[in-house]
Amino acid sequence: MTENEFEAYVQEGGAVETGDRMPDEYRKALVKFIEMHGNSELMGVLPEREWILRAPTLQRKLALTAKVQDEVGHSQLIYRVVEDLGKPREACLDDLVAGKTKFHNVFHYPTKTWGDVAVIAWLVDAAAIISQKALLKCSYAPYARIMKKICWEESFHILHGRDCILALMTGTDEQRELVQEAVNRWWGPLMQFHGNPIPADDDPMYRWRIKSQGNEDARQQFLDGYVPQIWELGLTVPDPKLRKRDDGVWEYTEPDWEELKYVVTGHGPKTEERLGFRRWSREETAWVRSTVLADAA
Amino acid sequence: MSAQELLALADDELVLGWRNSEWTGIAPFLEEDVAFSSIAQTEIGHARAWYELAARLIEREGVDADTLAFDREPGEYRCAPFVEMRLVPDWAATIARHWLYETADRIRIETLKGSEERAVAALAEKIDREEAYHRMHAQMWAERLGEEPRFVAAVEELWPYAAALLPPEQRSTLATTMSREIPGNGPLLGKERGQHSDDFAPLWEEMTMVRRSVPGAAW
Amino acid sequence: MIFEVFRQEREGQPFQHGGSLEAPDLRFAEAYAREFYSRRDESFALWIVPRDAVEEVREPYVADVFDRDYRRVDGYSIKVKLKEARERAGASGAS
Repeated sequence: MTENEFEAYVQEGGAVETGDRMPDEYRKALVKFIEMHGNSELMGVLPEREWILRAPTLQRKLALTAKVQDEVGHSQLIYRVVEDLGKPREACLDDLVAGKTKFHNVFHYPTKTWGDVAVIAWLVDAAAIISQKALLKCSYAPYARIMKKICWEESFHILHGRDCILALMTGTDEQRELVQEAVNRWWGPLMQFHGNPIPADDDPMYRWRIKSQGNEDARQQFLDGYVPQIWELGLTVPDPKLRKRDDGVWEYTEPDWEELKYVVTGHGPKTEERLGFRRWSREETAWVRSTVLADAA
Repeated sequence: MSAQELLALADDELVLGWRNSEWTGIAPFLEEDVAFSSIAQTEIGHARAWYELAARLIEREGVDADTLAFDREPGEYRCAPFVEMRLVPDWAATIARHWLYETADRIRIETLKGSEERAVAALAEKIDREEAYHRMHAQMWAERLGEEPRFVAAVEELWPYAAALLPPEQRSTLATTMSREIPGNGPLLGKERGQHSDDFAPLWEEMTMVRRSVPGAAW
Repeated sequence: MIFEVFRQEREGQPFQHGGSLEAPDLRFAEAYAREFYSRRDESFALWIVPRDAVEEVREPYVADVFDRDYRRVDGYSIKVKLKEARERAGASGAS
C-alpha cells in the first residue's frame, strides 16, 4: 500500500493492527500522541494523590484512591500500546523524567485546596473525557480498544466530581468560596486544554484518523456541557466575554496560547517538582524492577 | 468488646491503609501500583466497618464513622506504632510490614470470629474473606523477594513491631507461626499500643487538615 | 513477561481479549489480571496466557483462488427445481 492508499484506507474507516504495515510517519505520530496520553495519565496522578491523604471523609478517601488507581491503570494500558508499537515502557518513563516528552498542561499546575480536587474531578476530567470519547474512533485499533475501557471507567469519576462539588456548594460559605476560587484559577488552563484551533486539512492526525475531533469542536462541546452546570450553581466564570450566541457557538476571550506552549514545554509552576518526584521514586524502586521483572531495562 | 478495643482495630486499619495509599502512583511498577492501591482501599473499608460498629456502641448524637476516624485528638487514637511508620520509598520494608501484618492480623481475626458478640463475629468473618486476597498478595511478594538482603533485614527489624501489634496472649501463636522467639521487654519497648511513634503526629496533621479547616462541615 | 488476558463478560459468553500486562510470572499475572479486569466485578472468568503461547494468524482463509461455493449457502439455488418438483407432484394427483 502506498501512503495515499493507506490514507484512503483509514479515512474510509479501515482499522490498523499492531502487526500491519504502516507508513513510518504514521507510526511515529501514533507513538508520540499515545505516549503523551500515557504521560498525562501518570503525571495527573501526582496533583491528586496528596489529597487522598487529606480526604475529609472515609467515602471521599476511598473514592479518590479508586479514581487515582484508575488513572494509573489507564497509564498501564496506554504504555502497553506504545510498547507494542516499539517503544518500551522504561524508555517512555526515561524520556518523561528527562523532560524530553510532554504531558497535558493541566497537570503542570498546583492543587491548593480541596476545592481544586473537586473542580479537577468535575471540570478537568470532563474536558479530558470529551477528547477520549473522540479517540474511540482512532484508526489504530489497539488504542481504540483500550479507550473503550478507559471511557467506561471514567464515568465513575464524573459522578464523584459532581458529588464533591455539590457537597461543597450546599455547605458553608467557606466551602462555596473554595469552589469559586478553584474555578477562577483553573479556568485559564481549562480553556487551553484542547489546544489551539488547527484546520483539519493541515493536520496529519486527522488525515490518518488518529484524531477525529477538532480542537475547537472539543472546546465548544466542553463549554456547552459545563458552563450551564457552573452557572446554575451560582458560580461565575472569570471571563467577561463568555457567552453563547444565538447560533449556539460559544464566544470567549482568546486563551493564552503562549502560556500553553510555555507550560507544555516544561515550564509550568509544578513541572520541575513533579518530574523530580517521579525521578526520585523511580530511582528508589529501581532495585525492585531489576530483581523482579527480570527483563526490565 | 469495648469501644476502645474496636477503635484499636479500626485505627490500625485506617492508619495502615493511609500509609499503604502513600504508594498510589509511585509503586515500583504500574501493575503493582493498581494491586497495592486495592489493598489500601480494602483496609480503609475495614476500618470504616469497625468505626461503624464502635459508633453504634457509643450511641451518642453526632458520632459516626467519620467523626471517629477524623475528629479525635492525636492522643485518643489507639493504633499501634507498627502501622504508623512512614516506609515510603522503601519497598522492602513495605512488603515486610504487609507480610508481617497479614500474618499477625490473621491470628487476631481468628479470635474475633469466635467472639460471643454476634456483630463482632460477623464482621470478623466478612473481613477474613477479603483478607484472603491480601494474604495471597503478601505471600507472593514474600516468596519472590525471598532471600533478598533488604527484605530479610526489614523483616528482622519489623518483627518486634508485629509482635507488639497483638495482645500478649496471642503473641506465642504468632511466634510459632513465624518460627521465632517472642521478643523480650527490651525489644518491645516503645512499640506497644498506648504510645504513638514520632511518625504519628505529622500523619494526623495531614490526615485531618481539610476536615479541621471547616469544623463540623459536610464534605 | 507479557501476559494476555481474556475475559468472559457473563457466564456462558465467549472469552474475549481484554488486554495485556507485564508480570514476573503467572502467579503475579493472575493477581494483576484480577485487578485490571475484575476489580469492579466486571468479568465472570479470566484466561491468562503468556504472550508467547498465542499464535496470531492474519489471513486465515486456507484457499482463495478457486471458488468454493459448494461450502456456502449461496452456492445452492433450489427455487426453480422446487417449483418443477411441486408441479410434477400436482399433475400426478399425489396427495
